[in-house]
Amino acid sequence: MIDSRTLLIIPAFNEEGAIARVVTEVRQTYPELQILVTDDCSEDATVDQALIAGARVLQLPCHLGLGGCVQAGYKLAFEEGYDTVIRIDGDGQHDPKDIGRLLEKLRATGCEMVIGVRAKESGGLQTHPIRKIGIHFFRMLLRPILGRPVTDPTSGFVAVNAKALSVFSSSFPLEYPEIETLVVLQRRKFRFEEVPCRMRKRMAGRSSITAMKSVYYVIHVLLGVFINILRFDGRARKGQG
Amino acid sequence: MELLLDILTVLGILLLLIVLRSLRRDHIRVEHSVSWLAAAVALIALSRSGPVLVRLSGYLDLKEPAITLLFLILIVFLGVFYRFSRAISELKDMNITLTQRVAILEYKLQRQNEEQQAKH
Repeated sequence: MIDSRTLLIIPAFNEEGAIARVVTEVRQTYPELQILVTDDCSEDATVDQALIAGARVLQLPCHLGLGGCVQAGYKLAFEEGYDTVIRIDGDGQHDPKDIGRLLEKLRATGCEMVIGVRAKESGGLQTHPIRKIGIHFFRMLLRPILGRPVTDPTSGFVAVNAKALSVFSSSFPLEYPEIETLVVLQRRKFRFEEVPCRMRKRMAGRSSITAMKSVYYVIHVLLGVFINILRFDGRARKGQG
Repeated sequence: MELLLDILTVLGILLLLIVLRSLRRDHIRVEHSVSWLAAAVALIALSRSGPVLVRLSGYLDLKEPAITLLFLILIVFLGVFYRFSRAISELKDMNITLTQRVAILEYKLQRQNEEQQAKH
């Protein structure tokens, strides 16, 4: 299932406490999988830890934020000719054992993207109450836009095929990318599927999204979704005319 | 209101001096100083040209020339701010692309070096 054209990218920013364990765990589970840590100009020993654990590291010279960091990984993967890219978080919340299930779904359904969503048996959405409200809000907002329900639009555990990779390498939301990514896919009439996954607590550190930032997150993403819809409508109208 | 016009003249002169000083010290690039210099000159000229300001006030149906000048300043500065917001956004996009490019090139160069070392 995992061949030389499959790449795992792990975006990381100040994850020295978890990154080595994440990389080691992935290597133990899938020894043949190529791992690329995209470091968003960390100020701690993230890069050293990732290298010691056996990952390759794409080191950004300036801090770009999550979207810019993930896109750098996608760009490299696209240029190097990979046809499948999986992304997991660098904090250890995603269980590498689920990677195979995402890839299986991606290949079996022929969709462009598979999202690993928190399975109910692993405790549902365990997150800050404000963020939880935000997730529910975006689930309701995205349903009519996407024409189907989405369980956790904020999940950072995704697998994409070559078509989605080609799009993301040239156009990718930069600050809080997950939700906008779904709208970008919808604009291109790409399909996505969901796979229930086990989610764990962070191995170390704290989430960058605090209660206050959650409010900013909602406003920022809402604007991003709105702009994406405007772009889509504009193009659709041009197409009709 | 005469006092307000005098204050606006002083502000215009101050703006002009600050921009010129920044240009001299290379804190602002010439192409980005044009909007500020034009705004400062317009501010000084309008605040000192009573009849023009009175006529403009008549067009805008405003009673006080000083209020007219403040209104015009608001419009000009909104324009300048919008222009700079666009410039900053474009620069940010270019910076992101450049940062990603540098990182990818460094990565490829490093891999090439590793491969060459492995051959030797």
